[in-house]
Amino acid sequence: MSKENELIKVPHKILEETYKAGMEADEKDRSGTFYHVDQSTVYSKVNELFQGKIELMDTKAALQKYSWLEGYMWKLVDKNKDEFTRKVAEDWSGGYFMRIMPGAEITFPLQSCLLITRKNLEQRVHNIIIAEEGSKAHIITSCVQHSSVPDAAHLGVSEIYVKKGAMLNFTMIHQWSENTLVRPRSAAEIGDKATFVSNYVCMRPVKNVQMYPAAFCNGTDSTVSFNSILYGHTNSLLDIGSKAVLAGKGSKAEMVSRAIAREGSKMIIRGLIEGNNADCKGHLECRGLLLDEEAFLQSIPELIARKKGVEITHEAAVGKISEKEITYLMTRKLSRDQAVSLIIKGFMDVGILGLPEALNAEIKRIVEASAEAD
Amino acid sequence: MNILEVENLSVKVEGKLILKDVTFSLKSHQSHILFGPNGSGKTTLLSALMGLPSYEVVSGKISFMGVDITDKSVEERAKLGMVISFQNPPEITGVKLGDLLKLCLGKSPIARFNEEEQKLIEAFRLTKFLDRDINVGFSGGERKRSEILQLIFLKPKLLLLDEPDSGVDVESLRLIADEIQRYVERSGSSALIITHKGDILDHIKAKYGCVLLAGKFHCFTHPTRIYEEIKKVGYEECVACRVRKTEGWKFEQGK
Ligand SMILES: Nc1ncnc2c1ncn2[C@@H]1O[C@H](COP(=O)(O)OP(=O)(O)OP(=O)(O)O)[C@@H](O)[C@H]1O
Ligand SMILES: [Mg+2]
Repeated sequence: MSKENELIKVPHKILEETYKAGMEADEKDRSGTFYHVDQSTVYSKVNELFQGKIELMDTKAALQKYSWLEGYMWKLVDKNKDEFTRKVAEDWSGGYFMRIMPGAEITFPLQSCLLITRKNLEQRVHNIIIAEEGSKAHIITSCVQHSSVPDAAHLGVSEIYVKKGAMLNFTMIHQWSENTLVRPRSAAEIGDKATFVSNYVCMRPVKNVQMYPAAFCNGTDSTVSFNSILYGHTNSLLDIGSKAVLAGKGSKAEMVSRAIAREGSKMIIRGLIEGNNADCKGHLECRGLLLDEEAFLQSIPELIARKKGVEITHEAAVGKISEKEITYLMTRKLSRDQAVSLIIKGFMDVGILGLPEALNAEIKRIVEASAEAD
Repeated sequence: MNILEVENLSVKVEGKLILKDVTFSLKSHQSHILFGPNGSGKTTLLSALMGLPSYEVVSGKISFMGVDITDKSVEERAKLGMVISFQNPPEITGVKLGDLLKLCLGKSPIARFNEEEQKLIEAFRLTKFLDRDINVGFSGGERKRSEILQLIFLKPKLLLLDEPDSGVDVESLRLIADEIQRYVERSGSSALIITHKGDILDHIKAKYGCVLLAGKFHCFTHPTRIYEEIKKVGYEECVACRVRKTEGWKFEQGK
C-alpha cells in the first residue's frame, strides 16, 4: 500500500484547498508532511527515505519526549510581547516541531499546513524548528482557512534555530480569507556560518495581517534573507515587516519585498536592519506597485548602525504601474490586460525566494493563479 | 502600391508641436531610410505612426494598407501588422525575454521554440538571455538585437526601426541589418529605418531615403546620395541643395 493513502485521513476537500496553497498530496515528493487542523495535529509523517534525518511531531508531543526542548520555548520570542503572545502562552493547541538532524541534507521539501475549518476559531500554535549543525533543508508551510469559514483568527508563535553551518530555507504561504485576523510572531537565531532564508508569500485577500519577524545573526558569518511577495486586494490590511539584528562578525542581511496593492487594500512594508558589529553588511530592497487609486502603499525602511564600518543600504520604489512598460508590451501584440498581467506576474518574481526548481515552479503556479483570478 | 499614407500629419509632444503638416507615403515591399539631425522629430514620427500615447496627433490622417488607423490603438495597429523598435526600450523586471519572444510568436510561455526559431535566437546571440529580465542589464547592442529579433518574430508587414544601428559593434550591425534585409525580402514587407550612419546602407537594399528637418520632410532621393551630401555639407545645406524635393519619391519611374 502506498503511503500517500494515509493522507485520506484528511478530508478530500481540505486537501484540495491546501494544494492551492502549496501542499503536495503526493508525499513522494516531500520529505515529511504535517497537518494541524483547527486545534489539533491530525497528521505527521516523515517520508521513509528521510527517517532518522528529520524529526517531525506536534510541539506538545515533542515537549513530552525531550525535556531539553523547554529551553527552546519562549527564548527568541518574548512571552509578554503583546496580547497575542500572551494568549498563546496561556493556552495553545500544539504546533509543529521540526528538527533536522546534524549533517542531514534534506533534498525534498518538508511541508506543513495549519488549517482553520471552524467558524470563529482562534487558532493558537507554537512552532519550533531546529536545524542542527551542518544540516540543509527547505520547509514550506501553508496556512489556510477553509473557504466556507467566515471569521477566524490565527495566532502563531514560531521560534527557529539555525545552528552552525546549517542552511534553512523556510517558505510560508498564507491563504487566509477576507475575514481572518492573522498575528504570526516569529524569531530566528542564526549561528556561525549558518544561513536562514525566510520567505513569505501572501496572495489571497485577508482581513488583517500584522507581523514583524526577527532574525538574530549572532554567529560569525551568519546570513539571513527575508523575501516577501505580497498581493493586497479587496480591502486587505497588511502590515509586514522584517527585522535583522547583525551581531556576528561578518554577518549579513538581505531583505527583498515585492508588493502589489489594489482595490482598497492598505499595505505597509517595514524593514529594519541593525548593524551591531563593525564587520557586517545589510541591504534592503522594497518595490511596490499600486494598481488603482483606492489602494495605499507605504514603505518604511530603517537602517541602524552602531559601529563604525557597518555597511547597510536600502532602495525603495513605490508607484503606479508603468505606462511605458504597458505600451511597450502592447506594441508586441498584447492587449492591455495581458500586458498588465504579464508585468504583475513578472513583478512578483518567485526567483527572489531562492527555491529549488520544483518548489519554485509550484510557488510560481500559486502566484500566477492568484494574479490571474481577477 | 503604398503600404502607408500619411497626409498633413501634425503631432504634439508635451504640448509642443513637433511635426508640422507632414505628408509622405511608404511603398510596399521596400525599405525606406530616414535621416535627420538630433531632435528633428524622427522618433516622434515613428511613435505617432505606431500610435504610442503621449504623441498627440492634432491633425492629419494615417492610412495603413488602405485602413484609416488614425484613431486606432497601439494594440490594433500591432495586430494589423505594424511594429516598432524602440530607441530606448524600457526594462521590465521579472518578465523574461524568452517569454516575451514566445508571446511575439503567438505562443504560450509554456510552449517551446521550434528548431528554426532556436537557430535565429542563436544567430542573434540571445540564447543566454532567454532567462534574463527584458532589457535589465542589457548592453546597448544587446538591446538592439533583442528588439529586432522580437520584431521579426512578430511577422510584421511594416517595420518602424528607430536607429537599429546605433551603439552596435560591426559584427552586430552586419547581423541585424542582414536579418532585417532577409526578413523584408522574404516576407515582402516594408520598413522605415531611422539612421545617422551610412554603414547600414551596405546591407539593406533601400532605394528610398529622405531627411526630416525641423518637423518637415526634404530630399526624397536615394539614401546613399543623401548620406554623402550630409557628410559633405551637413543637414542644413543638404536640404537646401538642388536634389531638394519635398513631394515624395519620383526618380524611380525612369528605372
Ligand atoms: N516627452 C517629451 N517631452 C518633451 N519634449 C519631447 C519629448 N519627446 C520628444 N520631445 C522633443 O521633441 C523633439 C523631437 O524629438 P525626437 O525624439 O522625435 O527627435 P529625433 O529626431 O528622434 O532625435 P534623435 O536623433 O536625437 O533621436 C525634440 O526637441 C525633443 O526634445
Ligand atoms: Mg530619436
